[in-house]
Parts: sequence; structure tokens; C-alpha cells
Amino acid sequence: MKKMKLVMVGNGMAGVRTLEELLKLTPDLYDITVFGAEPYPNYNRIMLSPVLAGEQGIQDIILNDIDWYKQNNITLHLNKKVVRINRKSKVVVAEDGREAEYDRLLLATGSSSFILPVPGKELAGVVGYRDIQDTNAMIVAAEKYKHAVVIGGGLLGLEAANGLALRGMDVTVVHLMPWLMERQLDDNSAQMLQSALEAKGLKFMLEQQTQELVDDGHGRVKSIRFKDGSEIPADLVVMAVGIRPNVALAESAGVYCNRGIVVSDTMQTYDPSIYAVGECVSHRGIAYGLVAPLFDMAKVCANHLARMGIAYYQGSVTSTKLKVTGVDLFSAGNFTGGKETNEIVMHDVTSGRYKKLVLNNNTLIGAVMYGDTKDSSWYFQMIRDGKNVAEIRDQLIFGQSHLGNAGSQGQNLAATMTNAMEVCGCNGVCKGTIVKAIKEKGLFTLEDVRKHTKASASCGSCTGLVEQILASTVGGAYAPPATTVKPLCDCTSHSHEEVRKAIREEKLISILQTMIFLNWNTTNGCAKCRPALNFYLLCAWPHEAKDDPQSRFINERANANIQKDGTFSVVPRMYGGITTPQQLRRIADVAEKYNIPTVKVTGGQRIDLLGVKKTDLPKVWADLDMPSGYAYGKALRTVKTCVGSEWCRFGVQDSTQMGIDIERAFDHMWMPHKFKVAVSGCPRNCAESGIKDVGIIGVESGWEIYVAGNGGIKTVVAQFLVKVKTHDEVMEYTGAFAQLYREEAHYLDRTVHYVERVGLDHVKKHVVENAANRKALYARLLYALQGATNPWSKENINAREFESLEI
Amino acid sequence: MNTWHEVTTLEEIPPLGARVVTTKQGDIALFRTADGEVFALLDRCPHKGGHLSQGIVFGKKVACPLHSWNICLDDGKAVAPDVGCTRSYPVKVENNVVYLSLA
Ligand SMILES: Cc1cc2nc3c(=O)[nH]c(=O)nc-3n(C[C@H](O)[C@H](O)[C@H](O)COP(=O)(O)OP(=O)(O)OC[C@H]3O[C@@H](n4cnc5c(N)ncnc54)[C@H](O)[C@@H]3O)c2cc1C
Ligand code: HEM
Ligand code: SF4
Ligand code: FES
Repeated sequence: MKKMKLVMVGNGMAGVRTLEELLKLTPDLYDITVFGAEPYPNYNRIMLSPVLAGEQGIQDIILNDIDWYKQNNITLHLNKKVVRINRKSKVVVAEDGREAEYDRLLLATGSSSFILPVPGKELAGVVGYRDIQDTNAMIVAAEKYKHAVVIGGGLLGLEAANGLALRGMDVTVVHLMPWLMERQLDDNSAQMLQSALEAKGLKFMLEQQTQELVDDGHGRVKSIRFKDGSEIPADLVVMAVGIRPNVALAESAGVYCNRGIVVSDTMQTYDPSIYAVGECVSHRGIAYGLVAPLFDMAKVCANHLARMGIAYYQGSVTSTKLKVTGVDLFSAGNFTGGKETNEIVMHDVTSGRYKKLVLNNNTLIGAVMYGDTKDSSWYFQMIRDGKNVAEIRDQLIFGQSHLGNAGSQGQNLAATMTNAMEVCGCNGVCKGTIVKAIKEKGLFTLEDVRKHTKASASCGSCTGLVEQILASTVGGAYAPPATTVKPLCDCTSHSHEEVRKAIREEKLISILQTMIFLNWNTTNGCAKCRPALNFYLLCAWPHEAKDDPQSRFINERANANIQKDGTFSVVPRMYGGITTPQQLRRIADVAEKYNIPTVKVTGGQRIDLLGVKKTDLPKVWADLDMPSGYAYGKALRTVKTCVGSEWCRFGVQDSTQMGIDIERAFDHMWMPHKFKVAVSGCPRNCAESGIKDVGIIGVESGWEIYVAGNGGIKTVVAQFLVKVKTHDEVMEYTGAFAQLYREEAHYLDRTVHYVERVGLDHVKKHVVENAANRKALYARLLYALQGATNPWSKENINAREFESLEI
Repeated sequence: MNTWHEVTTLEEIPPLGARVVTTKQGDIALFRTADGEVFALLDRCPHKGGHLSQGIVFGKKVACPLHSWNICLDDGKAVAPDVGCTRSYPVKVENNVVYLSLA
């Protein structure tokens, strides 16, 4: 079959991103031809600011070099502006007469600087700020001349002014409005910003309207004159008063435009074979001027070009971050408010911090921050998710509490860190490495940074820091992923919820069936989705879905924990932390017989045998004759207990027996992540119930149950769920909570993440308030656990997993 | 000339799974993909020596169990952005018998 022809006009960030997404989906569907008016391959336009500021060179900001186009068999025409589209014969024509036929046309023409229609606008020394050519013109002018005037006190104008000042020019910013960046900032934060920039040497003239640019007699600008008659010297004038979508080409071809090429949610124009993405489009009446929404468009457009036809673009909430070194500023959403909205404001003049949050009926709709932006991505996430913040409203303004956050030396302000300081403790990555990778490799998302630098790829406690570094390096181009619609992995566009729903409602019982039904874009998934699917299937269809060992991480496949040298550790169960002399003797014998180098008492009240060879595992288990402790699994780990009323003089309940009963009843329970329980016999709480997934504390009149605590990287105190009277109630509530978490959590979310996402009220509603629902949850759990047996017992061992072959 | 050593039968390697072969040159991992292709790599991840045989196999790749680098089964190269390569060995399957060459 002959390939279809795809022609792209405009070789910029949105267009090329669309091609990249398309090639990922279907590398061979089209013969692709690209026309670009600029003489360069696709470069990172937002990094023009650091180039102007002298922090980077042009060569550093190329995103796709010429070889990239070659490798992907893309015909590239640089320096060729397309001047005509003939929709009838489906041909585009360039300035020099070159033609190209298309089956699908992609318009990605971006926008141009708006040049004020004042006398003198065509003089030498008057430039916009849009591309490499403008930037080079400014750099050259800065070497020769002294006085620069930037017209426009918005994002672009201030970055230009900052860059020119760093190159030694005397810079004045002229602005029409009463304060800077009026579309992103309120008057308070703008005032703080202005003072900070004045301290860097910039001058400002607010509420000034430009009348004329004055000729020096040789065709170059020499000064600027205002409406009020005043005049200041200017050898260079940068117009940064706004951008205009490049629609002339589309309009001349009769494609409907209205302040942008009008597109539907599938990124199609009124001509169904013509698509458009980027700054040149108008979607639901909005033309975007930041990279993040353009990349969302690119994804959707590629999906339709690839004929998958399942994605929709529904608009984006954008945020702003000024890329001026040393200035920390953030704004997002609607921050001016209105009649129905409330504001929460914090303003500390001495420390130079300002924060304003705008709420509408308990949802956050906008935020402005100056001086301390460490919580910006947290707020932005909530704005995008439209999350109800009623529960945390009182603390909202103080930001996300980093209570007990271990690692990264308690650092939480990226801006104050030097390049040599370590950001990611797990992988030893310092700030400089991250900044360099972002700038040179053209990274835009947290996922990109993780892949390239490994920062935040392990424990995740430095994620907030990495997000801040990313945001201040790429400005508004960074958008944290919206938690609600995040796809499960790169193999699919479906979220965890959608996948689980399909498994339940369509009764899918195998991984392959699920992948086919949901149009997975890989044939057998990846190491991220297969374990998740395996769990979701087992959880939804116990006794029907078949466990797939090849879709489990090695620890769960081998029923032991792999160590860094490839040996394994063995932790047998000691229900409730109770053991016997016989067990201890057997453990001692096994340790000697198999030369096990380390025997350790764990934090979970049992014994760990470390350094066992894989081939010895079945023999070790047989000799131990004790059940698996699941210390390796996303499963019920240990139930920690104190000695309780049997021995302790304070004890009011038999916590040890309660722990043993829970551990026995819920043994073999697979979970989205590990699940730890503790039971204490009185409020002195010696078993540390306050930091467990379920923590139980005996009191005089019964038991208190706490949930969603965590003792790991981020210490979180468990929240009170309910107080009950009897032993059986403890079992029922604990089981029902565990089952709710199993059914609703995303794979690899601990209970703390799960409850943070759905809210404690949701859990109370299902587990406490609705008794019938609680009993049903509990019954489903017991049904799932029916007949489950010890994975270390002989009949459950797959010998092939442990034997090696020889030649 | 390759000297082929008979190692095992195809059935002995689980689909999307692996087996370890101990040899004089060290441990070699034998992988089997979903459509029955077999590949052999030195059982050492180019990152920090993780045992690739213990990873999850998908497509023609394996994810290392230690830090999740993805390694291509056919040439042993790490998938970008990670950089590195582990040695690969010729394998062939004839009448369901798997042969390995240490050449
Ligand atoms: C200095 C500067 C700093 C910025 N900083 C940020 C920031 O911090 N954060 C952020 O999110 N965004 C920032 N932006 C905005 C961001 O760069 C743009 O949103 C983005 O580049 C737009 O992508 P695009 O593909 O739509 O257009 P472009 O990248 O402009 O690409 C369009 C291309 O099409 C070409 N073209 C136009 N017409 C034709 C034709 N008829 N034939 C052939 N080729 C044609 C143009 O020459 C251009 O190369 C900044 C922009 C500038 C200029
Ligand atoms: C590969 C990584 C890890 C391995 C191999 C591992 C192994 C173990 C083992 C064997 C135990 C003893 C548990 C028991 O007796 O059942 C344990 C306890 C514990 N682990 Fe981990 N762990 C790992 C990662 C983590 C992480 C990421 C966290 C934090 C989020 C964590 C937090 C804890 C805590 C708090 C305990 C003590 C439990 C208690 O006192 O009840 N571990 N770990
Ligand atoms: S929690 Fe109470 S009952 Fe348990 S050991 Fe401590 S003091 Fe005793
Ligand atoms: S050793 Fe394989 S990824 Fe680190």
C-alpha cells in the first residue's frame, strides 16, 4: 500500500512535538514533509531568554537536529515559507515555488510579535522578541549601544529587559498599565517584583503610552517619545506587547479563523483533512501562549493523525513562572476573584513573601505567590484537579506540610540551593546536573527529568524540589501531571480508574484480554503496567483470574527479597511477633547449614535471614517449616504487637492475641502496596500503631482503629477512623478498610496516598457509616482469601524458577 | 565457526520469562518472548550488575530488577536515555531444542 502524505507547515515546538508523538504511535503511516520559515531545525524557543542573558548558546537549545529529521525519513525544507494552500488539489506552495501534495496537512505556524503601529516602527534597532534572529539582533546591539527600551512589562518584556541588563545595557521598561504583568499578578505581588528588578538595575516607567520612535537621521532609532511629551534615549527598542497568531496562510485558503485557526477538540480545523496545533490555534475561544497546553494538543493531534481516534483536548489551565534568576514568582488560574469567591492572603513585607489563594465554594481556582514558591506545584495540582479543599482549608495557606520528611536534608527551597547541593539523596543527583539536563536535553516534564537524571526516580521525597527546579528553568512550560487523568503507563492512555472499571464491568480476566480490550499500544505491556494489571485482575476476579508470575516483580515471583548482590532474604512469619524455642532452633540450624551470612531481627518483630542463594531457597523453606512472612510482597506484611494485658501492668486489652488473629485471618492478602498493621494494648502505644496502615489501640472500653499512617520516607500519623467494642468488630472494620483500599487504590499507592486522594470522609462513609457496605467489603475479602496457602510449601513452588541450567 | 551447545528445550523457558545458564564464562540469561523467540545475554546489567534473568520481560526488552533499566534482548543495549551494553550470545532453536554459542 502506498503511504499517505503528511505535510507540516511551521517547524516549531508544537508541530515537531506532534510529529514525535505520531512517530511513537505509528512510525510508518506517513511520508512526512516539513516546511519551516526559519533557517534552523526545531529549537527550544523558551530558552531564548537564557541565550539572551548569556547563560546558554544557540547550539545548546536545538531540540531536534538535522539528523533527527533524516533518521525519521522526514523531508525538511528550511528557510521556505509556505505562501499558499490549494485545498481542492491538496497542495501547498512555498515562496520559491516548491510544491508538496498532502493527504493530511498540519498547520503549526505559531505566532509573531505584535508591533505597535507607531511612527518609526520600521527603523533599524526596533525588534520584536520571538526568534533566534531577534535574539541575535539584540546581542549585537548590546555590544555597540548603551540605551535599551523594552515596551511591555509582561513575561517576555521582563525577560528581555533582564537579559539586556546582564549584557551591560541601561534598560528601561515602559508599560501601559499601572503595574507589571497585570495578567498574571495582582498589584501587591507586582510591586514586590518591581522592587526586586529595580535592585538588579532595571528602570520602570508605568502608565506610559508610546507616541513615536524618533529617527537619528540615518534610519536608526535614537529615542522614544511618549503621549505626555516626555522623551528618553533609545538605541534599541524591543516590542514585547503581545503576540498575534499567524493565521494569514490559513485565512487565505478559506480555513475558518477567529483570532486563531479555529479547531475542535480533536485539533481539526473546519477542513477535516487539515489539523492545527500550537499558538496559531483558537480552541474553545482560547489561544494559548505557553508550551504546556501546546504539548497536550500535540498528543491529541498525533492520536488522531495515527487513526486511533480516542483522544480529546479539553483545554488547559496554565501557570506562569518568570525565568529571571533569583526571582521567585508563580501564578495560576483566576487570581483576581469575583463576587462568589473568597481570598486567603498572607503578606510578610520584611521577608519578602506574598501568597494569595482564591477559592470558590471550597475549590481552589487561582493562586499568586511571590518570594516562596515551594508549594506552587501542590496548589497548581489542586487547581487543575478541581479538588475540594474543605478539609484542609484552615492550613491551606501554609502549604503542603513537609512534616518529618526525610532525605534531601530538609531542603525545600530550590531557589536557595547552589548548583553543587544534592537534591536527590537516593541517586546522588545535585541541582546543577538537573538544571543542565533540562536546558541541554530540552526536558519539560518530571518524567523526562527522572528518566535522564534519575533524580526523584527512587523514593520520590525530592519530587517537590525537582518540580521547582523544573518550573523555574522552563517557566510556564512546566505543568505537573493532573492526577485524575494520568495514564497508567506509556502503553496506554487510560487511567488506573478506567482500567479497573473496564476489568470489573467487562469481566476481563486476563492481562492479554485487558490489553486488547483497552487498545494497549504495546503487545505485552511493560514492567510498569503488567504488575498493576495482574493485581487488578486478581482483586476483581478472585479464583477466576489466573495469577501470572511473569508479570510480578522478582520478589513476588521468587517469594523472597532480592538483594543488591542477587542473593535473597528469607523472613518467615511469626504471627503477632510470637515465636517458640523450636522455631528459633530451626532457624539457627538452617542458618548454619546453608552458610547464611547475616541473621537480623527486623523492625517488624521477626527474623530475617539475609544472603541466601536463589537455588537454596526451596531447601531453606522446607527445612524451616515456617510460613512465608511476605516481607517481599505488596501484601500484608507484619502485624506488630505489644505484650498487652497478658503480661503488662498497664495493659487493658489482649493486643498480642488480637495481632495474631489479624495476621492469621488476613495472611496471603495481596495489596496495591505493602500493608502493615500494629496492635497496642493501651494508649501508651508500644507497638507504634500511630504510623501503620492500620493501627489498633486497646482502651478500657474497646479498641480504637486508626488508618493510613506511614513510617517510611514521609512519616505520616494515622488518622482516627472509629472506636469499636469487640474483637469481631476489629476484624470486620480492619478487613473492610483493607478491601476498600484493595479495590480503589492505584497500584503502588500506599494507604496514605490512597486516603489523601479520596479523603477520610469517603473511607468513613464506606466502612463506618454504611454497615451493609462494610459487611459486603469484608465478605469480599474473606472470599478472595478462601483457600489461599503458604507460597513456600512444596506444592506451591515452581521448581523451574529456582533451578539453573548448565553447559 | 560457532560451537553450539544444547542447553534445554523451549518449554523449559516460560513465555515472557527467563532461565539462568551457568557457564565457564559466568551466568548467562536465556530469555523467551511472547512469540517464542529466544535470546541470550550475560546475566549482568550494564548499570550496577543486576541479574537481568530476574527482571520482567516485555516486547524484546527486559527491565532490570534492581533499578529498572530497560535492556534490549537482541543486542544487550540499554534503552535511551540510559547508556550501556551487556554482552549478547548467539542462540538458535531447532525442533524445540535451544542451542547456545559462547563464541
Ligand atoms: C523569548 C521567549 C520566551 C518564552 N518563554 C516561555 C516560557 O518560559 N514558558 C512557556 O511556556 N512559553 C514560553 N514562550 C512561548 C513558547 O515559546 C511558545 O508558546 C511556543 O514556542 C509556541 O510553539 P508553536 O509551535 O506554536 O510556534 P513556534 O515555536 O513559534 O513555531 C512556529 C514556526 O512556524 C514558522 N512558520 C510560520 N508561518 C510559516 C509558514 N507560512 N511557512 C513555514 N513556516 C512558518 C515560524 O517561523 C516558526 O518557526 C516563550 C517565547 C519566547 C519568544
Ligand atoms: C527494596 C526495598 C526494601 C526492602 C528490601 C525492604 C525490606 C524490609 C524488610 C525485610 C523489613 C522487615 C519487615 C518485616 O519484618 O516484615 C522492612 C521493614 C520496614 N521497612 Fe522496608 N524494605 C524496602 C523498602 C522500604 C521503603 C521504600 C520503606 C518506606 C516507604 C520501608 C519502610 C520500612 C519500615 C518502616 C519498616 C519497619 C516496619 C515495622 O516496624 O513494622 N522499606 N523492610
Ligand atoms: S501499649 Fe500499653 S499494654 Fe502494650 S506494652 Fe505498652 S504499656 Fe503495655
Ligand atoms: S543494576 Fe540494572 S538497573 Fe541498576
